[in-house]
Amino acid sequence: MVPVECYFALSALLFFIGVYGFVTRRNLIAMLISVELVLNAVDINFAAINRLLYPNGMEGMFMTLFVIGVAAAESAVAIAIIINVYRNFRSDNVDAITNLKR
Amino acid sequence: MANIIMFTILAVVILGSALLCVTTTRIMRAATFMLFVLFGVAGIYFLLDYTFLGAAQISVYAGGVTMIYVFAIQLVSKRTLQGMVEKIKTSRIVGNSLVCLISLLVVSAILLKAGLVSNFSAVADTELTMKQIGTALVGSDKYEYVLPFEFISLFLLACIIGGLVVSRKEESK
Repeated sequence: MVPVECYFALSALLFFIGVYGFVTRRNLIAMLISVELVLNAVDINFAAINRLLYPNGMEGMFMTLFVIGVAAAESAVAIAIIINVYRNFRSDNVDAITNLKR
Repeated sequence: MANIIMFTILAVVILGSALLCVTTTRIMRAATFMLFVLFGVAGIYFLLDYTFLGAAQISVYAGGVTMIYVFAIQLVSKRTLQGMVEKIKTSRIVGNSLVCLISLLVVSAILLKAGLVSNFSAVADTELTMKQIGTALVGSDKYEYVLPFEFISLFLLACIIGGLVVSRKEESK
């Protein structure tokens, strides 16, 4: 069996790759993709802890399920905002967006 | 043994794709590498015997969210697609990767110190049945989840309306 530390190591690496992408990229869509990586890392952690440390419960599994649903909704709204920002500022770069309203 | 081999393959695919995803300068490639990461995570769920979770991951994330991203990229950044690459300062790359490495070391030290013990051998190697999942999802007893279920349906409705309102074109006066 795969020890639980392997899942934790994978999840931690994926999490910090996502954090690196979030703080380094300056494109709105690329930052959102990095957020998805972070969310997936957390999901792996939830599922692995539930399965390998507390196999009789289902809390981690449902948490992952709800995180997947919330992430889908979140990315849909964020994409709507990004399209609106591009329409108003003609740029999808975070440094170009300095005003809240034109 | 087969599990360990599968886990290694999946981990290599996930981490390699994630690294390429955050380092490539073209957005379309980043979205494609994110798709590989999502499929790898679904494979991890299958490896953990969470078949329902893996199916949900593939259908919602790989089928839905990635499509939204591809649509947004096609709508927003035509110049990026046509070969214009994002410029990132080298000093920023070095500084941020240092910060991330230090944080990773701290987290690894905490994990090593915690010394968690797996009791996987104690349970049978069975997957959760659909009946169990459905009962727990819409039951209202302890450890059952009808409240978050209803909440997330309302939340999705609010997000649909919010997305429509935000992305609507304003009429020119």
